Amino acid sequence: MTGQRFAELHLDHVRRAFGDTLALKGMDLTIKGGEFVALLGPSGCGKSTALNCLAGLLPLTGGRITLDSRRIDDLPPEKRGFGMVFQNYALFPHMSVRRNIGFGLSMRKTPKAELTRRVDEAVRLVQLEEHQHKFPAQLSGGQQQRVAIARAIVLEPPLVLMDEPLSNLDAALRLEMRTEIRRLHQSLGLTTVYVTHDQEEALALADRLVVLRLGEVQQVGSPEEVYAHPVNRYVAGFMGYRNMIPVTVTAQDDERATVRADGVELVGVKREELADHAVAAVRPEDFAVVTEAGENTLDATVEIVEYHGREQAVEARLRDGTQLHVRTNSRLAPGDAIRLKVPVERVLVFS
Amino acid sequence: MTAVLERASLRHRLAEKGVDRVLWLLVPGAVFVVLLFVYPFLYGLQLSFQPKSGGSPFQNYVTFFSDEYLAETVWITLRLGLPAALFNVLASIPIAFRMRGRFRGKRALTTLLVVPITLGTVLTAEGLLAFFGPTGWFNRIWLALGADEPARLTHNYWGVLFSLIITGFPFAFLLTLSYLSGIDPTLEQAAATLGASKRQRFRTITMPLLAPGLAVTFCLSFVLAFSVFPSAVMVGNPAGETHVMSIAAYETALRDNDFAMGSAIAMLMALVMLIVIGVVLIWRTTLYRGATGGKG
Repeated sequence: MTGQRFAELHLDHVRRAFGDTLALKGMDLTIKGGEFVALLGPSGCGKSTALNCLAGLLPLTGGRITLDSRRIDDLPPEKRGFGMVFQNYALFPHMSVRRNIGFGLSMRKTPKAELTRRVDEAVRLVQLEEHQHKFPAQLSGGQQQRVAIARAIVLEPPLVLMDEPLSNLDAALRLEMRTEIRRLHQSLGLTTVYVTHDQEEALALADRLVVLRLGEVQQVGSPEEVYAHPVNRYVAGFMGYRNMIPVTVTAQDDERATVRADGVELVGVKREELADHAVAAVRPEDFAVVTEAGENTLDATVEIVEYHGREQAVEARLRDGTQLHVRTNSRLAPGDAIRLKVPVERVLVFS
Repeated sequence: MTAVLERASLRHRLAEKGVDRVLWLLVPGAVFVVLLFVYPFLYGLQLSFQPKSGGSPFQNYVTFFSDEYLAETVWITLRLGLPAALFNVLASIPIAFRMRGRFRGKRALTTLLVVPITLGTVLTAEGLLAFFGPTGWFNRIWLALGADEPARLTHNYWGVLFSLIITGFPFAFLLTLSYLSGIDPTLEQAAATLGASKRQRFRTITMPLLAPGLAVTFCLSFVLAFSVFPSAVMVGNPAGETHVMSIAAYETALRDNDFAMGSAIAMLMALVMLIVIGVVLIWRTTLYRGATGGKG
């Protein structure tokens, strides 16, 4: 099974309003054939709106969508031929697993022999052979999820849209299905747009991330780019936890910024043009507990220690009252005075 | 000590089987049903087996079917009740389909569609007489359009059928709308992304999930229409064309003072309704009747 490939899907200033509020404020995005793109953001960021606009379930308020320079935003969903996996699966409750999976094929009047063969193949692909004659209500959440995926990909659509497909599953199953989705993508090479609010899921699955906030694209990039080099304070805070330390800027050049935090000088990477007041973003695991004084060190007092196996999660406080989260292998106890060192390239300074 | 551990208290064991104090809430309803339904029904049933003139206990039933004027009422009533119920159910589908979801003016439109319930049969019948009567608006327009004689739409079959449709439609519509609203809209969206056209979506998704609800709606509409009485008298021809079973039962019991025979007719009325409902519900068992939500 290989999807009908396309070269480029282009979203050109796509806008969508609900009443007076713009849920999507002019989204520009190019998706290449075979890519796995994740739209990531908290609820209300417009990621599901974008997906529904792509599927044709929501008309656009403005902008255009083109598939290999063919305009598709004026086509109804049934003419676009994109596969979609819904958050609640939307399995047809009155049809067996096989009929659910074969639904799209029978709507296309596929000859019976071919339909049977392709449904067999899809059933095997998602490992539902034992359950293929059951009804959706007789299946577990994970099995329903597999049916939903099989139903969407059996048509070999040029584009598969997934709307938070794992959010209704429990944690263990979520990990298992996540691997499954990645495996299917690697073996079938279907271009996929995946919507999620879970940054871990997005980092694990996608070739490219699109971070959205309030209907606006914040950053587009590979998981590593977005994780390690966030373009702004919002993305920095959203992609994994970061301490946001309020600082005053004392000096800056093109790459570096020197700031004062808690009466101490810190040097970090400048990510944006800075005014006097800024924030320094540092991940909890980037702090090292040291004994000697030196550059880029902060003095803090340990307040709370959580045991997490190999490492400890420590909540410490600077002298000026700023709270810091630190992950460390050192064994600390509440009340300890500690010195924290952080490498220059791990301090990101945002306006 | 061990004995205490092995056996939970009586109260817990009863609660496990659903017997607890909440059951008292059923008492008013149960008393109501026994006093106002079960007792009168059984009383009427035994009364119907005690013919006024004596003789066989089945004499009343034999009389009913051998008297052509009485036997015909079954057919007359079915001829009114079945088309009225069928029309109301079918007509409510497209309107309910359009009225799913939110749109401006939905409340006003719903009110308009439901108002006939509040009017009552008598007011509706009077309205029909004025509108469809020989000198009513309808016939004035009809004649002005060049008809030779006024259309006869009152004091006959059509008057009663119109009345049944007007008063029965709101019920059918409200029921159909609630069944339709219970169908998860993402199912249709999913079908659309799988390439199903509007017509295919309606045929393969909406209709199969709605059909069991339509069967129930039909049954209730039919029962409502089958027991027609006031409109059959007011806009019908109660001695002839619209001599329905309820009129026959009423006349026999209260005009001819033959309560036993009246009871027999009422029992036959219930039997006919049960047969029709039974047939529809048997058909319904062949349909999918599970959840209509998205998770199946």
